[in-house]
Amino acid sequence: MKKVLSIALALVMILALAACSGNGQNNQSADATEITLWTYPIGNWGDEATVTALTDAFTAETGIKVKVEYLTYADGDDKVNTALTANAGPDLIMEGPERLVSNWGANGYMVNIADLFDDQDKAEINAAALAACYADANTAYEYPLVMTAHCMAVNMNAVREAGAEANINTETHTWTTEQFLDTVNKLYAKYGDTVGAVFCNGQGGDQGTRALVNNLYGGTFTDAAHTKYTWDDPKNIQALKTLYDLDGINYDASIVGGDEIANFYNGIFKMAFCWNIAQQLNPNSAGTGAGLTANGDEIVFMAFPSETGEAKLQGGIWGFGIVNNGDEARIEAAKKFIKYMADSEHTYDAVRASNFFAARSAVAGEALDVWSDNEIMAEYTKLMPFLGDYYQVTVNWAPARTAWWNMLQKVGASDGSEDAIAAAVAAGCAEANGN
Amino acid sequence: MTRTTMSPQLRRRENISGYLFLLPSLIFFIGFVVVPMIMCVVTSFFDANMNMNTPDKFIGFANYVELWKDPVFLKALVNTFIIVLVSVPFVCIFSLWVASAIYKMKEGLLSFFRIVFYLPVVTGSVAVTVVWKWMYNNYYGIFNYLFKNVGLIDQNINWLGDPRFALACIIIILLTTSVGQPIVLYVSALSNVDQSLVEAAEVDGATNLQVFWRIKWPQIMPTTLYILVITTINSFQCFALIQLLTSGGPNYATETVMYYIYYTAFKLYRFGYGNAMGVILAIFIGILSAIQFRLAREK
Amino acid sequence: MSKRTVAYRVVSFIILIILAILFIFPLYWIVTGMFKTPAAINSPTPQWFPQEWTLRNIKELFSRRSAPLFGNIPIKVPGAVRWMINTVFMAVMAMVLTCVTAAMAGYALAKKRFFGRGLLFSLIVAAMALPKQVILVPLVREISALGLYDNIWAVIFPTVGWPFGVFLMKQFSEGIPGEMLEAARIDGASELRTFTSVVTPLIKPGIGALAIFTFINSWNDYFMQLIMLTSSSKLTISLGIATMQAENSTDFGLIMAGAALAAIPIIIVFLLFQKYFTKGITMGAVKG
Repeated sequence: MKKVLSIALALVMILALAACSGNGQNNQSADATEITLWTYPIGNWGDEATVTALTDAFTAETGIKVKVEYLTYADGDDKVNTALTANAGPDLIMEGPERLVSNWGANGYMVNIADLFDDQDKAEINAAALAACYADANTAYEYPLVMTAHCMAVNMNAVREAGAEANINTETHTWTTEQFLDTVNKLYAKYGDTVGAVFCNGQGGDQGTRALVNNLYGGTFTDAAHTKYTWDDPKNIQALKTLYDLDGINYDASIVGGDEIANFYNGIFKMAFCWNIAQQLNPNSAGTGAGLTANGDEIVFMAFPSETGEAKLQGGIWGFGIVNNGDEARIEAAKKFIKYMADSEHTYDAVRASNFFAARSAVAGEALDVWSDNEIMAEYTKLMPFLGDYYQVTVNWAPARTAWWNMLQKVGASDGSEDAIAAAVAAGCAEANGN
Repeated sequence: MTRTTMSPQLRRRENISGYLFLLPSLIFFIGFVVVPMIMCVVTSFFDANMNMNTPDKFIGFANYVELWKDPVFLKALVNTFIIVLVSVPFVCIFSLWVASAIYKMKEGLLSFFRIVFYLPVVTGSVAVTVVWKWMYNNYYGIFNYLFKNVGLIDQNINWLGDPRFALACIIIILLTTSVGQPIVLYVSALSNVDQSLVEAAEVDGATNLQVFWRIKWPQIMPTTLYILVITTINSFQCFALIQLLTSGGPNYATETVMYYIYYTAFKLYRFGYGNAMGVILAIFIGILSAIQFRLAREK
Repeated sequence: MSKRTVAYRVVSFIILIILAILFIFPLYWIVTGMFKTPAAINSPTPQWFPQEWTLRNIKELFSRRSAPLFGNIPIKVPGAVRWMINTVFMAVMAMVLTCVTAAMAGYALAKKRFFGRGLLFSLIVAAMALPKQVILVPLVREISALGLYDNIWAVIFPTVGWPFGVFLMKQFSEGIPGEMLEAARIDGASELRTFTSVVTPLIKPGIGALAIFTFINSWNDYFMQLIMLTSSSKLTISLGIATMQAENSTDFGLIMAGAALAAIPIIIVFLLFQKYFTKGITMGAVKG
């Protein structure tokens, strides 16, 4: 027994030693024919099979090899931050301007890629998306590939059961604050349980809670110039108070956006505030199909409710940024990669992989039509005109997000009086503004 | 062997061989604990951040001054000490009780219980946390399900989302991952207690409780001190639970210094400020260890 | 035995059983969860035992990511296989290095009278409880300066540097009779020979305990692995599984399967060696 065990142990060690010794070489390679891409799970850009097909095609055409690592939203930021601290970042990162521009870009780790945009690109790329990728007039840290509007969703079967279907316009997908409140109350009366939750455990998905609070009574999150946070707006306080007083809505500090979605898919929540087209297309882990919950209920996506019914939706913009690792050859290769994926005839495939909408209307003069064959996508385009200001590039963004979560937690733990909520909001907003 | 009886040659030989034996360990200890700690102290005097465009600025004790005005840090410090001060005695008492209940059992049963109580340690906090998160869940968690069925509560409690319960919930998980080793230690300490003394006391008509306090307790004292030390260490390593379950919330109810350091460094990029916290924590830990070892030496 | 004693025994046995269930439960839930359908896992009323067994979670676990078997050779295997190899390598290396260095250092601290011994021991004791988060940022910088970032050794070395092992081995070495060392010296044995042939056999149970202890700790040290490793071919099993989460939709079946895969090997190791472990740690503590 002992002998067998020690032989097995020795074998494993030799194997593993081989595994590790073979690895150290690529780290500092001057060889420009290999670049590294780190992607967040942006639609199927988090799926190895899909991404490998895309990068293989790129390698076949250019000879540049691409090594892909897959990050998660739970700990991806930690990984990038540590890697940058350790001077061991990737060549390319795929994410949105809130990280690429206002975080890593502002901290001096990214390459200015303004030279990648010629006049035609500037005309073809959605103006809001383009603006978000620029830190100032001459500095761009991201090349946008896809975009979407974040929205919310309701469980339509439950809404019908509760007799609130009159509030849900499945044509326009918009509603007023009054209709929303009525729906929540009717769902609560029918099910007596939590209808939805203002999730506030700090780890992502905050676009949902921000848009919900801002839209309800028309508050703002930042000023128009993106220089400071304005969520101490009385309209936001009113919205937070309304949500607090609603029986069907909980401030829940124990869940994150992902948990909320899971609860919604599983029928526990009748509404989700952390929603977008990728969720709508996702056949969920039970495999019941796109646009359905785990037990087959119909999911209807809705704009966030506002007094007028005209929502200002939070945009999501995703694209590529180049990390400055001081190696010109690799930066050049990374630029080629960006051009290939976001500005060529291959953009169609790159966009399709993301399950989001293209950030540009045409490539080199030729109209880019990615989703006209997909009914759900076509339906979802109705929300795109409601895209609001992309304010996630405001200074101090990462700490401000945290201040937002903490503020929600404080409101949830308070007695719900207007004074308590106002105090929590004032403190949080001051923290976000750095004082 | 005292110093005075040593010849100079012998003393030299002891010095050299002592350090040679220590060398391999010292390389790792100095390289990966002491050096980073020194760098940590140095950085704590700088306004160090992640921004490549602004060089780190020397600011003296400004980080330390700010710390004592930071309500979150003070809260984190209090929480850290609550965790240590609650879990250390509790682990000792709990494991002593379990050990005394099982140490006279037959070998098979004894070994079964020993393994069972060690399982959460082996399983690892990441895996264990997944299950606990579900058990505590507000909407379909097992605790709400069971307590409601028994009639203990009539409304779901949001265990991890309620500032009143969150820290207690974390401590409970920490306890289940901490008692394994102390139980093993107490079982063997109790079975090594001198039986003749126990029997003599019983003949004298001492009650079970008296036998325990007068005879067994003094004899298992060294084990208790050792358990105090390892449990204290363990409590200060309580990080993954908080990172995976609450991120320090709700409303800082589970914020600990360990988590706040990580948060300051990796979410706010204030390396200098985070390091200043680290230095303060290290000083507290140093004082605590000194007290424990003074205690141990006196016994 | 009095009635009261019997009653106490019965009650405490019942409490023990309840506690045992609570302690086994997480593992039980993970292992059964691995075979449950998504509907069963997400069901609001708990399904205590899988009513419908499925291998879907395990299949997902092995199909979502791939990595070269070792090095950069073009043989692709499921990521989980490579991560398991990495994890075993990491835990074994950390264990071997810790045991060797700690045994030597512990012996020196206990039995050698050298200059600065007291100071060094105090330093070691104070550093034992130091949380890793304290030295995190400097450690990352140092590791990258050494060119070890994103390399499995970046996780191994700090584990070896943690001085708990030295402390434990010092406790064991205190029990070595001075006469035996004296006798070896008189026989003309070299210092190294004394260590290998006199000291090592005496502290063997302690080394065994430290070995298992380090193996478990290093296997489960998620945080250090998260900070130091990035490439998918270098991840450890728990880290790799974490990367499989899709955006904003938690697949609990996959998490359960991953958690089980990460936990089962280490539990088997523990069950195989727990006898030595029990023997080892108790000896050290009682002598302390």
